[in-house]
Amino acid sequence: MEVLLFAAAALRISVPYAFAAVGATFSERGGVINIALEGIMLNAALAYVLAASALPNPWLALAAAVAAGVATAALHALVTVSLKADQITSGLGINLLSAGLTRFVLRQVFQSSSNSPRVVGLPEWHVPGLGDLAGIGPLLGTPLFLAVLAAVPLAQWTLFRSVFGLRLRTLGERPEAAATVGLGVARLRTAGVLLSGAFAGLAGAWLASEQHSFTDQMTGGRGYIAIAAMIVGRWTPAGAAAACLLFGAAEALQIALQGSAFPAELLQMLPYLVTMLVLAGFIGRSIAPRAIGVPYDPEST
Amino acid sequence: MSDAAASPAPRGSVTVARRATRARVLVALSPVVALAVTLAIGSLFVLAIGEHPLEIWGLMARQALGTGYGLGQTLFKATPLVYTGLAVALAFRAGLFNIGVEGQLYLGGFAAALAGVACAGLPAWLALPLSLAAAAAAGLVWGGVPGVLKARFGSHEVINSIMLNFVAMALASFLGRPHFEPATVRTADIAAGAQLARLDVLIPALRGSPANLALPLGLLLAAAVGALLFQSRLGFELRAVGLNPAAAEYGGIRVGRTQALAMALSGAIAGLGGANFVNGYKHYFELGFSAGAGYLGIAVALIGRSTPLGVVLAALFFGALSYGGLVVNQRVPKELVEMLQGLVILVAIGAQQVMERLARRLG
Repeated sequence: MEVLLFAAAALRISVPYAFAAVGATFSERGGVINIALEGIMLNAALAYVLAASALPNPWLALAAAVAAGVATAALHALVTVSLKADQITSGLGINLLSAGLTRFVLRQVFQSSSNSPRVVGLPEWHVPGLGDLAGIGPLLGTPLFLAVLAAVPLAQWTLFRSVFGLRLRTLGERPEAAATVGLGVARLRTAGVLLSGAFAGLAGAWLASEQHSFTDQMTGGRGYIAIAAMIVGRWTPAGAAAACLLFGAAEALQIALQGSAFPAELLQMLPYLVTMLVLAGFIGRSIAPRAIGVPYDPEST
Repeated sequence: MSDAAASPAPRGSVTVARRATRARVLVALSPVVALAVTLAIGSLFVLAIGEHPLEIWGLMARQALGTGYGLGQTLFKATPLVYTGLAVALAFRAGLFNIGVEGQLYLGGFAAALAGVACAGLPAWLALPLSLAAAAAAGLVWGGVPGVLKARFGSHEVINSIMLNFVAMALASFLGRPHFEPATVRTADIAAGAQLARLDVLIPALRGSPANLALPLGLLLAAAVGALLFQSRLGFELRAVGLNPAAAEYGGIRVGRTQALAMALSGAIAGLGGANFVNGYKHYFELGFSAGAGYLGIAVALIGRSTPLGVVLAALFFGALSYGGLVVNQRVPKELVEMLQGLVILVAIGAQQVMERLARRLG
């Protein structure tokens, strides 16, 4: 019982991380670092709430969130792929821009500097038989949870078994080789970034739908945790999802220990410290795609 | 376009030199272009909510620069940006991206406060240097860690410094708890000797504004960073590593050591920036005090093109924008300014690419 509730809490926390981290592998395997996840999720969460407060159907709100995610990612692609500017700087700029933009819209539309009114969340289904299990039952009837369960193997297959995935990974390792065999480097990289935006859009929708509202800075650094999970998961969807579960469990534990003498901050630091250890090679070794972060410029090769 | 670029005239050395100058001028102008484009986009948002852009910008400029109190507020808001901008610029020069300035600034302020509280009873000539040294040391360590990790294990300084930003937030909260005043998230007041005087003591016109001696200290630091970068051996090595690590290595420079040192120095500068709030303004550390000044330092370094003078000017611009945003809040949400601060980063790096391409085409 206790175990089921804890597992459900950990899984719930992991869902937005997993969406964003799994999506990020498409951007990064194609050679584009995407630290804009935080801003993408934030914009998507706001888009969900704006749409849900205006339209009768939460599924349309979900679509709006994904669209906002893709649009924000398109800005990242414009700056980094088309204009070939620095990817990290662009991601950071998008995060700051999105923090300001969402606050601006919150003030203009909802006349509040902190939160939106309550909106409808996505529906939950009752699964016969398992639906009555404590914690886990309702989760099994949550559409976005089922979606993320399906997305992880699908993304893993796409990245490592499909033609699109093979091409994308070539871009992240040797873009000049990809260009030589006639692949459109800019177009494919953009596709990877946009896909990442769609996934992070789902993460934003999850947050808004779960909370039934938008609050200022509601992503709270989750985009960066997703990046960390993707690195710990060695730039693979399955590995990223596993790392998200680990981070989600640490966070659930932190909540469970609230009020006890155990300092919550130590658990808070865990994802970041684990990531640093992995990067330094103390726990396995995570190696980035070779051409990551480097704009592809045919004139310079 | 002048005839030199248009005609296929003799490619004499004079023409080539003139073209090179023109290309350099074009690239140097890109921050101005970026600011203009950003304000233009901002104007669209102002228009969208039914206000007049020129009127709003004018009001902001008058209030932020035209009165003594407003100018003092602008200087106060610019002060941490001088430090964080210099920190980012120094690392940029060494080819490193110190995105961890936020955490370094934060822990710098934390250390300045703990040391400042511990200095109770000490004379100012001892207390102030101790508090500032604590700030610099905390930043030095927090910036040095990703530097050493990069030098030793080759792990990317960007990811590590992002991670350390979050660790810094949790760490200050954890370590600070025993020191916080009951039912608050702030430390006790630092010793009187560790406090930096307000500037209005020296310049009465700034009366009432929180601008303090951290600003002239930051200007001195800018001069020192300029001398370090462009007149010292270390600065030469640092820039050589930034321009071409392989060539620097071949030339006998220890690349890893130089990178680690650059990150540590960058962190120390950022850490000192905490003095503006802690030693100069509130006289205590409070959770969350840095409020994005570290991230904004990246915009400042970009617009300032990583030169000390450029950083100071850009910091003043962003300081004026921040205070100006508060002034017009009744008519235009101040969040507009926050938005523009992020937007300007995107526009700046985009504009630089466009101008460089333009320069190449002309050259």
